[in-house]
Amino acid sequence: MTTTLLKVENLDVYYGAIHALHGVSLEVQEGEIATLIGANGAGKSTTLRAVSGMVRPKSGSVVYKNESIAGLKPHNLVARGVAHAPEGRGIFPALTVRENLELGAYLRRDRDGIDADIQRGFTLFPRLKERERQTAGTLSGGEQQMLAIARALMARPKLLLLDEPSLGLAPQIVALIFRILREINAQGMTILLVEQNAHLALGIAARGYVLETGKVVMSGTGKELLASPAVRKAYLGE
Amino acid sequence: MIEFIQHIVNGLSVGAIYALIALGYTMVYGVLQLINFANGDVLMVGAMLGYYIGQWTGFGARPSYLGAAALLVMAMVCCGVLGFFIERFAYRPLRDRPRINALITAIGISFLLEYGGQLVFHPGPFAFNVVPYTPPLQFGGLYVSASDIIALGLAVALMLTLQWIVFRTRVGMAMRAISHDPNIAALMGVNTDLVISFTFVLGAVLASAAGMLYATKYHRVDPLMGLLPGLKAFVAAVLGGIGNVPGAMAGGILLGLVEELVAGYTSSSYRDAIAFGILILVLLVKPAGLFGSTATEKV
Repeated sequence: MTTTLLKVENLDVYYGAIHALHGVSLEVQEGEIATLIGANGAGKSTTLRAVSGMVRPKSGSVVYKNESIAGLKPHNLVARGVAHAPEGRGIFPALTVRENLELGAYLRRDRDGIDADIQRGFTLFPRLKERERQTAGTLSGGEQQMLAIARALMARPKLLLLDEPSLGLAPQIVALIFRILREINAQGMTILLVEQNAHLALGIAARGYVLETGKVVMSGTGKELLASPAVRKAYLGE
Repeated sequence: MIEFIQHIVNGLSVGAIYALIALGYTMVYGVLQLINFANGDVLMVGAMLGYYIGQWTGFGARPSYLGAAALLVMAMVCCGVLGFFIERFAYRPLRDRPRINALITAIGISFLLEYGGQLVFHPGPFAFNVVPYTPPLQFGGLYVSASDIIALGLAVALMLTLQWIVFRTRVGMAMRAISHDPNIAALMGVNTDLVISFTFVLGAVLASAAGMLYATKYHRVDPLMGLLPGLKAFVAAVLGGIGNVPGAMAGGILLGLVEELVAGYTSSSYRDAIAFGILILVLLVKPAGLFGSTATEKV
């Protein structure tokens, strides 16, 4: 028996006059990886932003743990266990790797737990340990992505929102990051993953949604979508 | 040589005051990219409150160090509240509007305080003597007034406190995160509105302390007294690299020293021309300021 952790229904989001999301609905079950795939500008990042409170939806509902969260501010959502590693990684380049991780735990007061979680992040990504005292701006793109994920985990979230972790990275780094995502998921983390790399994303996701110009045009299990001729044609280059 | 040291001492005492005001500009700029032109006028409100509260309580009539300290604390508290309200009602409603709107509003608030100050208070000027007069201390040929020592000591103490807040506390970490990107800071769990309010309160508290020191140094208060030190502190903040906390301190001290040396060795009428001349030079040679840096982002 699985329980629904996040349920988005008929979400409409506008940026000024631009209608970015047209009635998007999706569900994420506790403990699974769900993914949103689609082309540039399809509304994948906007959907994540609406869930984490960065944009306010015009209409529709966002229910997390059976509670409506639409319109709450991002810091309230962090407190409820929603962590968002945003598009472009959003690390603080002038702060050190360690300070970035500390900021990820901004709302926590348990010093010992924070230190333990920093060590856990270093175990997941040993490269970050080597760079602990360096400013984050000196990291490579892949290391910055590792930092963004490790930092999001510092809030001890129930739901991890990840926006394009593969963007602009070398294939072996992408493979490493996806291996870690599986590992985190195996330890119980629920993940909503936005990706342009449909093949990779559907490969690890239990559930997938295909977005086109602000609408969900297809959904199913990762396997179903990977096997779907329409998806293979549009997103897997066949 | 003794004359040179004398100028350095004088320059430090006025520079420390500029530095305190410059910190308010630079912190607010850091979190909102807004030049809060009202900051200099908060200085005036601080000094005016010091004067009036001194009249009501009688501390002003019988100068004492304890009374002066009490007035300082009261002025700082009142101005902290003023800073909170300025942000809450003048700037926050414009947060998502083009930046120029908030800038024009800042100039408006500045005028409101200056000319509203003439209505609420009195055009003045009034003599301001809350610190007991003591003859200048003499070290060899060097004269140092008690008020200069107090100004310098207090300014340094406040600057160290601020440095500690910004670099060693949670709220300081949140301020630095917001100065990089408020949206990302919010994703870390930072309540950005609260931290921005706190930043304005801090800036106003420092400005009011600077106002009391400034009024003590020049022995007078009036509703337009904040204009020139406010502008000069803005120059100091740009000089140090706007948005940079140690830069504002260094910029303030440097400006005070240069002004004093220019006034001492040439003519004091060039003092202000030099201050603004420095601003133009810095903007030409190092647009980011002495401590400023231009950040590059990885893609």
